[in-house]
Amino acid sequence: MSEPLVFRFDVDGDDFTSAGQASVQVKKNLRQLGLLPEIIRRVSIAMYEGEINMVIHAGGGKAEVQVDNECVTIILEDKGPGIKNIEQAMQEGFSTAPDAIRSLGFGAGMGLPNMKRYSDEMNISSVVGEGTKIVMKVFIR
Amino acid sequence: MTISTIKELLDAEVLCSEDSLSRHVYSACGCDLMSDVLAYVKDQGVLLTGLVNPQVIRTALMMDILAIVFVRSKMPTEEMLELANENGIAILSTDKRLYEACGILYSNGLVGNKVKS
Repeated sequence: MSEPLVFRFDVDGDDFTSAGQASVQVKKNLRQLGLLPEIIRRVSIAMYEGEINMVIHAGGGKAEVQVDNECVTIILEDKGPGIKNIEQAMQEGFSTAPDAIRSLGFGAGMGLPNMKRYSDEMNISSVVGEGTKIVMKVFIR
Repeated sequence: MTISTIKELLDAEVLCSEDSLSRHVYSACGCDLMSDVLAYVKDQGVLLTGLVNPQVIRTALMMDILAIVFVRSKMPTEEMLELANENGIAILSTDKRLYEACGILYSNGLVGNKVKS
């Protein structure tokens, strides 16, 4: 691969039950590329948590996955409310998700920590009232 | 432990991916909180849960989980079964409660669950 492969997705913010469809597709695509199962798993979990977050907090957004010889890069961008205090949001157990989401198995304050856990690099830039952009990298070698 | 043995021990009904019953699982997780399931990688595992929505299947898919057991006679929707079937994830349903179902599997030797983050 000399040019990076790029997959783009619109994440629909209206329906929580369909959240995660882009991550399922990414997992399929990475399998077809023959990446190691461990790498595929890390990328897809990190992206899945990100996708869920975008649906819960930001009314959806855009996801892009780039694959080159060195790493898989996941870029998640939304025009949601932004994150007031990133340090606090990174703590396990801290959540601003509504109760309805908890009854669906999420919203326990594990999303961002899990994204960090499974990626090698994670960068969050967020402006309150404008949106959030998260870039995660998982190195292939 | 094979998925087939889990079916027998829990007196469970197999709802899809019946051809995967001979596969082995080496770890298990009993949980209704999907983010906790996603927090720790377990190899070739089974997920026992009382939560019923499509995110349970997607979580299993992300984690390479081989089988899901729905406890307390909970039944997944057609959409969930389709998604599981497409991806070869076995779906079982038992009338046992989560605690009891986990205890039965644990006491029959499904204890291996080395956590690596």
